[in-house]
Amino acid sequence: MQPHAEMVHWMFATGLLVLGLCLLAEAIVGQEVWRARRWRAYLWPGLAFTMGVLMWPVMTFFTNSAIHMYAHGSWAEVLMLAGGAELGLVHGRLKSRWWRLTMPLAFAVTGTAFIVHEQNAWFFQRSAFLHHLLGWTFLLAAVIPLGLVFRPRSAALQASFALVFVVVATMLYCDRDLAPVFGHLSPLAGVPHR
Amino acid sequence: MSSTYARSLPVARTHRNRRAQAISLLGPLTVAAGLIWAIVQPYRVTLLHPHHQGFWWLVVEPPLLVVLAGLVFALVVARPLLADLEELEA
Repeated sequence: MQPHAEMVHWMFATGLLVLGLCLLAEAIVGQEVWRARRWRAYLWPGLAFTMGVLMWPVMTFFTNSAIHMYAHGSWAEVLMLAGGAELGLVHGRLKSRWWRLTMPLAFAVTGTAFIVHEQNAWFFQRSAFLHHLLGWTFLLAAVIPLGLVFRPRSAALQASFALVFVVVATMLYCDRDLAPVFGHLSPLAGVPHR
Repeated sequence: MSSTYARSLPVARTHRNRRAQAISLLGPLTVAAGLIWAIVQPYRVTLLHPHHQGFWWLVVEPPLLVVLAGLVFALVVARPLLADLEELEA
């Protein structure tokens, strides 16, 4: 009755897509308009925190190996930390802008975990390729939330930050449990199912 | 004073219109992306051939999830946001 791993990726992709659209909308209208309604200010930090919480069942039920457990567990922790910090900042409980460093930290940990927990080479099969690609995307994109710590009003950085989530969502939608990537599929991977 | 104000007003209105257009396009563009994906890869939409499909294959259909994300954004987020944008900058 458990969903396939690829389906879990697609569900998280949907969450990330909505998150990206919200961030993009905030970048377009500006913080003042975005926070005109209280619930909207909490929307994307709350979504990020919820996705962190939902990573725990992923860690519990999709533990193929110890390294998978560590990767999913660390994502759950850093997503909850970054989402929670942003919720605290929005609510006014947290004052220091340095709390925003939790987001580049989340990106760096996520990127590292993606790369480390993928044991196969880039062209082993599609999911291997995407894990490497997602890992490097997160690692390189960590400079964007880092830049936002110092220039929080930069529209270019805000839009880039939002687009990272849309790109990551697209990559996750491309994921299949067993499929070729650019014509490459290792015979060790098995038979593609659909 | 009045001439500067008179000149800057249309510029501000154009800027607001562009922002409003961008916001109102985000949802429909996302929905369109999902629909195009469904047309290009119809086998991803298991509702089109639901026989002998398991529960998860019927619930989690990537192109429909994209359409759903676009619809939720357009109706829940974009619509009130556009109203606020108009109200705050009126």
